[in-house]
Amino acid sequence: MSGVGTVDLTVELARRAWVVQVMGLPVSVHLRGPGVRTDAVAARVERLFAELREVDATFSTWRPESVLGRLGGRMPDPATAAPPVREVVELCELARARTGGRFDARRLPLPSGGVGFDPSGLVKGWAVGRAARWLGDLPDHDVCLNAGGDVLLRTGADRPGWRVGIEDPDRSGRLLDVLTRHDGAVATSGTARRGAHIVDPRTGRPATALRSVTVVGPDLLWADVYATAAVARGADALDWLATLDGHEALLVDATGRVRATPGWPGR
Amino acid sequence: MRRITGWLLCTVAALVLLFSYKTSTMGPGGETSAIAAGAGTGSTAAEPGSGGASGPGRYDGSVAQTRWGPVQVRITASGGKITNVSVLQVPDGNFRDRQINDHAVPILRQETLAAQSAEVDTVSGATVTSDGYRESLQAAIDAAHLK
Repeated sequence: MSGVGTVDLTVELARRAWVVQVMGLPVSVHLRGPGVRTDAVAARVERLFAELREVDATFSTWRPESVLGRLGGRMPDPATAAPPVREVVELCELARARTGGRFDARRLPLPSGGVGFDPSGLVKGWAVGRAARWLGDLPDHDVCLNAGGDVLLRTGADRPGWRVGIEDPDRSGRLLDVLTRHDGAVATSGTARRGAHIVDPRTGRPATALRSVTVVGPDLLWADVYATAAVARGADALDWLATLDGHEALLVDATGRVRATPGWPGR
Repeated sequence: MRRITGWLLCTVAALVLLFSYKTSTMGPGGETSAIAAGAGTGSTAAEPGSGGASGPGRYDGSVAQTRWGPVQVRITASGGKITNVSVLQVPDGNFRDRQINDHAVPILRQETLAAQSAEVDTVSGATVTSDGYRESLQAAIDAAHLK
């Protein structure tokens, strides 16, 4: 590796992280590459966080003054809504169709009480995937973005992937598996951190059969939606997950048993 | 016969292990308990003709209690060679679960990885709230690269 002309190969890429609390979550951006300490790169990262703050101001159901807050649980009318809101409403409908109704933003418990439209479960993945474009055209830089445990990755050709640990839902700080990924998303939903907060739309009751579902796929929005829908689905989730093209999954059920789809990329 | 029984006994134990490997999951002491189950059944395993369902040349292992439920295998032997192995019981042996078992790739871990030794770049887990973040592994990884 250390011959003349190949010296650079032995130099570890500079790496830098930024962390901001936004959308009620810690969102961290890690970049690897030669420019991570430059103002230009820092400005890009700041644009990403600024966009996530704007999304929160629009979509948060916790803020009475947001677009969703003012609607008080009614679904925005796609015909009159602003383009990003319309896009989210349409994606929620697509998610409902793709998950056989297990992801359903229309009838969820609202922070203000009652039941209504709450797209938060989709907005996080949508917003992070969308905001990542601010880092998409930085040549020679690799991206590892983590939004409250959901991960989005971009890596340049010929560079090492990122090592993604899958947290054990029963023992925080320990890992079920470690994946090396170059691109795409790793999303985990479950009851480990916030208790049984995912409601099965078919019963209206909290789903408890699965402790944790991790989905690997090409983009964060769908990996996250499928992971959440799988928790809602419960006992037969793995069969369903195995039918999803381009996605693999690892799940932990309520008894602690861990299983994965046949193409799971872990060890 | 004694020798072949002893040999089959070991094989049953091995198969129980193998089966445990394929169908059981990770967890602390997971493999250890499977080993104990296989060895512990040795005195009664592989008795030809034990149980009404067993016929000539077929050897039923006794039920091994694994962490994930009972496991029992049947071996068919001819001329000292195993010709077939079937599974009489699997953990959570109702039909629905068996279908899922067939579909899934169960994963065995002797133990989960210590995060500190895994040298990960990031951690995927159920949504970490801002409050929970402080004690999380992700927070430690972030902190190491903030400067």
